[in-house]
Amino acid sequence: MNFQTTIGLEVHVELKTNSKIFSPSPVAFGDDPNANTNVIDWGYPGVLPTTNKGVVESGIKAALALHAKIEQHNHFDRKNYFYPDNPKAYQITQSDKPIAHDGWIEIEVDGEKKKVGIAEMHIEEDAGKNTHNPNGYSFVDLNRQGTPLIEIVSKPDIASPDEAYAYLEALRQRVQFTGVSDVKMEEGSMRVDVNISIRPYGSDKFGTKTEIKNLNSFNYVRKGLAYEEKRQQQVLMSGGTIQQETRRFDEASGQTILMRVKEGADDYRYFPEPDLPALAISDDWIKSIGESMPEMPGKRRERYVKELGLKDYDAMVLTQTKEMSDFFDTTVKNGADPKMTANYLMGDVNAYLNDQQVDLQDTKLTPNNLAGMIKMISDGTISTKIAKKVFKAITQGEESVAWVKSKGLIQLSDPAQLTPIIKGVVDDNQQSVDDFKNGKDRAVGYLVGQVMKQTHGQANPKVVNQILMAELKSR
Amino acid sequence: MANENKIDKSQVKHVASLAKLEFDDADLGKFTTQLGEIMDLFNTLSEVDTDGVEPTFSVTDQFNTMREDVAVNSHQKDALLKNAPDTQDGYIRVPAIIDESEGAN
Repeated sequence: MNFQTTIGLEVHVELKTNSKIFSPSPVAFGDDPNANTNVIDWGYPGVLPTTNKGVVESGIKAALALHAKIEQHNHFDRKNYFYPDNPKAYQITQSDKPIAHDGWIEIEVDGEKKKVGIAEMHIEEDAGKNTHNPNGYSFVDLNRQGTPLIEIVSKPDIASPDEAYAYLEALRQRVQFTGVSDVKMEEGSMRVDVNISIRPYGSDKFGTKTEIKNLNSFNYVRKGLAYEEKRQQQVLMSGGTIQQETRRFDEASGQTILMRVKEGADDYRYFPEPDLPALAISDDWIKSIGESMPEMPGKRRERYVKELGLKDYDAMVLTQTKEMSDFFDTTVKNGADPKMTANYLMGDVNAYLNDQQVDLQDTKLTPNNLAGMIKMISDGTISTKIAKKVFKAITQGEESVAWVKSKGLIQLSDPAQLTPIIKGVVDDNQQSVDDFKNGKDRAVGYLVGQVMKQTHGQANPKVVNQILMAELKSR
Repeated sequence: MANENKIDKSQVKHVASLAKLEFDDADLGKFTTQLGEIMDLFNTLSEVDTDGVEPTFSVTDQFNTMREDVAVNSHQKDALLKNAPDTQDGYIRVPAIIDESEGAN
């Protein structure tokens, strides 16, 4: 029997606002436990939440980036649950009127493009963080309590683990370009819940779905789904039935392991949040946010190929993050050759970032200095060999053009200066001239080497070659 | 009419478990009766004809009461922790939480 797979993804994205969604406490990481909390975060009696305008604005930005329809009249709901990560015993979220719905993003798997629908997108608060000790206690830090999140719920349009991976990549990229979140799974600013079901081909009824937790990277999402897809197939092929259950991905074995069987829907007793007035988002607000949106990655990739002549693969790599793409655009705007800029960013710059384990925006590299260096290579002021030294200098914050001048690294390309040096070298090496006359081309290499030695590596090899060949032939 | 929606002990037990509460049999009986009376009271609301009435999401007629995204640290950590039942090293200390699968998200 052949099966078709249906995957739905729920993605939580942490917004990088200054303050929390319903209280003015700072949104910051790495501080002492409970340092960034106030009476509202603790749910003290009588306190009232107030909505952070920046969160609504971020929500609109994300909605626009995901081609979603904005629900101009939306409101918050209360989701009740008892757990020590949230002293209020409810989460303020959006349930029946979320801020946006019916969006889509384009994904690409093996060169095939496909649109995946977004069912809805809502804004809500995060809970605190619990840590556990083996000595019979757990510890609660409420710094994260009230950190703004957007939750993005896909439609069940995803048909394979590879498509799920591509969807997460595309979603991460688009949200990253809006600047509302860092969207890093390894830092917890992007979290993914998945559910998956299979059904016989042609059947119009969805199979029973299982949910997988503890998927801490895109790769684990793909692996966990692939394992679960196969497991469900084996269960059905051997005459069994799939239970509605929550499973945990085990990183070590690559398997999913049963956590608990779901009995009925979760009983969260949602109701409209009485402490917060509803939102009415005006056309003008949406319009002005729309006008401030940066060019999205797909558009940039297309532009790099069509207008700047880059290879599609290179354009794709350069548009992975907004910082890299902005850096590329500004470097080219400063007069650097686009292809050389792309090669440097994907080569030396990426190697440097990997080596230092930093993001581009956290380095001393600037588009202006990179452009200066590339322009010096293009016009022959420096050789690519010298450029290696210049690159090292600009990673330390040196200004490329000034540094090359101050270090006297400008390439010697002037024939008037090079000719006497070359004549001298040829005069001193009669043996090599004889070898050349006898057809030994290696002699040329030796003579070029001598010229380089005398000019401390600064002679332009191309010009040296031309003058040297003419000189040798004339003898 | 009110009796149609009478709640029973199993429902009270379920609601109690959602709130992490446990009752003995005597209390369970008492609360089932009490909650039943409260439900009866609410059920009288269903006698009102609400056909064609828009649902009320909020009792205020305000919209967009928002604040600017400016962070203010309360500097009240110590005072806040004083009201926690138990603390350690700046954390709220609670009995060990075994099942991590719960939680809001």
